[in-house]
Amino acid sequence: MADPAIDANVTPPRMEVSEEIAVQITDMNKWYGSFHVLRDINLTVHRGERIVICGPSGSGKSTLIRCINALEEHQKGRIEVDGTLLSSDLKNIDKIRSEVGMCFQHFNLFPHLTILENCTLAPIWVRKTPKKEAEQAAMHFLEKVKIPDQANKYPGQLSGGQQQRVAIARSLCMKPRIMLFDEPTSALDPEMIKEVLDTMIELAEEGMTMLCVTHEMGFAQAVANRVIFMDQGQIVEQNEPKEFFNNPKSDRTKLFLSQILGH
Amino acid sequence: MSDTHAQTVGYVRDTMIDEQPAPVGQTGAVKWIRENLFSGVINTLLTVISLYVIWVVVSHLYPWLANSIWDAGSLTECREIRDATVGPDAPAACFAVITDRWQQLVFGFYPPEHYWRPVVALLVFLAAIAPVLFQGIPRRALWLSAAAPFVLFALLWGGSIWGPVAVALGFVIGFVVYRVLLPLAGNLAAVLGAIIVPLLYWLFLAGPLAGALTSVAPIGLEYVQSKDFGGFTLSVVIGVSAIILSLPLGILLALGRQSNLFIINKISVAFIEVIRGVPLIVWLFTASLLLNYFLPPGTNFDLMLRVIIMVTLFSAAYIAEVVRGGLAALPKGQYEGASSLGLDYWQSMRLIILPQALKISIPGIVNTFIGLFKDTTLVVFIGLLDPIGLSNAIRASTDWNGVYWELFVFIGLMFFIACFSMGRYSLYLEKKLQREHR
Amino acid sequence: MSAMTDPPRPSFRLSQLIYDTRYRSITIQVVALVLLCAAFWWLIDNTVENLAVLGKDFDFGFLGDRAGYDINQMLIPYDNSMSHGRAALVGILNTMLVAFLGCVTATVIGVFAGVLRLSKNWVVSRLMAVYVEGFRNVPLLLWIVLIFALMTEATPQPRDFREGGSASMILGDSVAITNRGVFLPMPTWGDGAAVLGLVVVLSLIGAYLYRRHARKVLYDSGRLLPMVWPALAIAIVPAVVVYFAFAMSTGSAQVRLMAADATEGQSVAAYGEAQGSLSVCVPEGTIGLNVQRLLRGQDLRYSESVFATEAMAIDAFRNGDCNMVAVPAGMEQPLLGNPDIAVSALSESTTRGAPVQFEKPVLGGFNFEGGVQVRNSLLALWLALALYTGAFIAEIVRAGILAVSKGQSEAAFALGMRPNRTMNLVILPQAMRVIVPPLISQFLNLTKNSSLAIAVGYMDVRATLGGISINQTGRELEGMLLLGMFYLALSLVISGAMNIYNNRSRLKER
Repeated sequence: MADPAIDANVTPPRMEVSEEIAVQITDMNKWYGSFHVLRDINLTVHRGERIVICGPSGSGKSTLIRCINALEEHQKGRIEVDGTLLSSDLKNIDKIRSEVGMCFQHFNLFPHLTILENCTLAPIWVRKTPKKEAEQAAMHFLEKVKIPDQANKYPGQLSGGQQQRVAIARSLCMKPRIMLFDEPTSALDPEMIKEVLDTMIELAEEGMTMLCVTHEMGFAQAVANRVIFMDQGQIVEQNEPKEFFNNPKSDRTKLFLSQILGH
Repeated sequence: MSDTHAQTVGYVRDTMIDEQPAPVGQTGAVKWIRENLFSGVINTLLTVISLYVIWVVVSHLYPWLANSIWDAGSLTECREIRDATVGPDAPAACFAVITDRWQQLVFGFYPPEHYWRPVVALLVFLAAIAPVLFQGIPRRALWLSAAAPFVLFALLWGGSIWGPVAVALGFVIGFVVYRVLLPLAGNLAAVLGAIIVPLLYWLFLAGPLAGALTSVAPIGLEYVQSKDFGGFTLSVVIGVSAIILSLPLGILLALGRQSNLFIINKISVAFIEVIRGVPLIVWLFTASLLLNYFLPPGTNFDLMLRVIIMVTLFSAAYIAEVVRGGLAALPKGQYEGASSLGLDYWQSMRLIILPQALKISIPGIVNTFIGLFKDTTLVVFIGLLDPIGLSNAIRASTDWNGVYWELFVFIGLMFFIACFSMGRYSLYLEKKLQREHR
Repeated sequence: MSAMTDPPRPSFRLSQLIYDTRYRSITIQVVALVLLCAAFWWLIDNTVENLAVLGKDFDFGFLGDRAGYDINQMLIPYDNSMSHGRAALVGILNTMLVAFLGCVTATVIGVFAGVLRLSKNWVVSRLMAVYVEGFRNVPLLLWIVLIFALMTEATPQPRDFREGGSASMILGDSVAITNRGVFLPMPTWGDGAAVLGLVVVLSLIGAYLYRRHARKVLYDSGRLLPMVWPALAIAIVPAVVVYFAFAMSTGSAQVRLMAADATEGQSVAAYGEAQGSLSVCVPEGTIGLNVQRLLRGQDLRYSESVFATEAMAIDAFRNGDCNMVAVPAGMEQPLLGNPDIAVSALSESTTRGAPVQFEKPVLGGFNFEGGVQVRNSLLALWLALALYTGAFIAEIVRAGILAVSKGQSEAAFALGMRPNRTMNLVILPQAMRVIVPPLISQFLNLTKNSSLAIAVGYMDVRATLGGISINQTGRELEGMLLLGMFYLALSLVISGAMNIYNNRSRLKER
């Protein structure tokens, strides 16, 4: 296994997948100018599902999950999140964004606010939670990501791994029902990857619906119940992790897997 | 050690070599001079030329300064003293003009018994900007900073204190309206209400209210007319009020220029480019010659206010460019992070983007202020008495007819001290920001 | 976005104007546009009303009216009988002149000061630091006034240049620095000037082509041709050769002075004494200059009429406009055969002159005459703008050089390049990217700052169009509008050029 951070032999924890649909994407297309980034995407995510999206760079995987919370606009097709249609209506967009948490490759913490302020900002201003309550909730989640003692520091004083865990806590403070991860570990030093992945695994075990763009194949094997392979803006193959890794169907997938696992 | 053979056995050092002095001629003053001043033909030539230039300047300036006379009532008296002490035709500066007239250069025609007011105003101003410039001070102090403009106005111009109070009340009303409407009618309505209600208040209520309060409790300082302002007081008042008043407009323009709404963007660009494309002096003439054309007939207000309005618009365009630089310097992830949490445009601007962008922009804003402060000397051409205008006025008096250099030296030195120290401060800030960014 | 609304399209609701991203931006922009129009309408309405109250109208016709004031420095012919429009043009050219001179000088000063400030030489770098900080931190206006005062106070008056006076001209009696300005020699064109000019241009092109050729040879065959000396030679030698060729052949040809009612071989001095007054018809160019020198050399008083061609000068002489004429050898014939006036050659003769000669300023009655007078107002403004802007440019240059990381020159050295080549091929191209944009905005600043001409009475566009013309016609609105538009157009053109440069020189990155 290419990834030393995760023990691949751990059996995936039993996590319930309900029949309820969390995200429904039908015939979605997106263009950057005349460049067709996403082509006919169809994807249904059930509540409690953990999906790992992988693929070569430029295959549109980040764009796909950024479309889900309207950071990018799609031009064709429909996206429904938790029963809310992602349309041009601002109220719907606001609703979806407060339901969906997102972690970025470069964390995107706000450097002028302390860790605690980072975590309480959105609950206070978007959810209108009283400050006291928001702080209590924030401390709860900071404890969960194991950095409550850093609450009054600024992001710049933390290591990359810690910052990413704060970013996860910050999203959790909004009590999201779905979490999106956009390459959360690719900007980290190797020794910090594990701590972030551990946090993510813990989250998965609690039954969070997760869509995760990552190259951590160990993580995919450990927690995902579906792996999606994208290339040239299309979903090329999706399958259970075991099948996906041991018995890939498409040539593109085989090539990709051989490239990332071959060394 | 000579018996160590590299190819056979490993080598282990058992005694450490002590530090030894460098060879003679490689250290000390001689080496420094040789390396720094005479390290080649061109370098030597440069050194000689520089020393010559320094010598020429010093040999002319030194006797003039060394013989300077500080205590005399007029230029003729100065000359008599010079003839008596260092002899006729000897160069001698007559700084007596400064000791005689410095109050005028600093305060203009401000009533002498009220000189304390500009001084206190300066102190209030410094105290008010401290929370902005230094991070150690609690954020709550910013509320005092917000009140400072009204205090400064009341101090400098005087008159009944109810005028500024009534105006300030408008902002409080706006804030209250916003807070009341926000849960009732939503964000947009609250913002509109917070703009419209205070405007109506200022137009119809503020004047009578101030009048009524004044008649009930006539508190206030003696009124000082704008035309009595002069010298460095005038420069500082124009410069500081223009910068502070231009900040809100400048930020809006910067946001407008960043916006992808076509019309908003083009309006901002047009405003900024038109203002920046035309020299300040043309704008000043516009203020003095044309502003009355653009206002309802019969409106007439004093020249200083007109100048402040014009200079505010002028510096808003420059501030906008500085702030735009700050906005552009923020990584895109900050905008995305904010919107992924569900913050709307104004929330993310107010809470995330602007606090960071403005912090990056402070050095640029300080530099804009330095430029503006120097440019306030241009108001002399439309008849306001800035330091240079006052130097002409002083020269026009019979006592000091013919004094040039002493006044220039004094004015130049004052400007230099102010601008140089502000420049150093902004440089220090820039360096600090760079360190923090790493 | 259209396909996003797959479900039955809900009927349009008013709240969509605000909450639907498709309409929201349009709503905001329409509101902004309405507000803007309202503001403009208010301003224009006020203006119309105010103009009506004052009994004025809005009309640019005043530009065609007679200006009626003089301008003391003009690059194109102008006198007070010409129009306000012409006066504005004279002002515009004066603005451009001082801006151009200022930009060139400021760049030279700035580059020197910036580089020297980085010098390892302690004295030099300190001196430059003092210069930069001193000029940057004191208002430009103060510097202009100061330099102007220095020039008028510390320079001698023209009368000090008389015999026994305290002042004297410099550079071989060709330049006089006085409190009324600096008097410089003026170039005068003689035979072959056009050819000489052409040769200079061609040889500069030739030098450039040679360098390109040398580079091509280097790239193609790896042979490094000498670059500097051949290029210099190509640029200079042909011009020198042509100059001397003309000076030797046609330039040394004799020009005779012919006079009416003179005796053959009479000297000018004797003729002048006999006639009482001398008036001489000369063709334009160096002939006139040489005749002038001849007459001045003999301390003769005379009047001079200048004509475009030799034939016209001779015609004027035959009509009796002058009593003396300068005629190139071989052209006496039509004159000598004239039955009406007895024409004979005087003893003096002069030469046609070299392709370029310089007319030196000469002390006249109260002031210097001839040559070019550069007024103190121009000089002070020029110098102050150049020194002030130069200080800013020095900082830009310094920052530009420092911005190229040390690693770049180390990498070049490691590749075996010599310091000179490293500078030319690696450091400068990168530094220029950093330097040029702020440099151009400094040029823009300098041009706008040239409006401070008001402090020294230099007649720039603000002083003509935006000053005297406005005062005389009462057309503040129109005059200021035109003035503003001139500056705006100028800065838009310059910043447009800068944008093109920026786009072309941007580093290609992913």
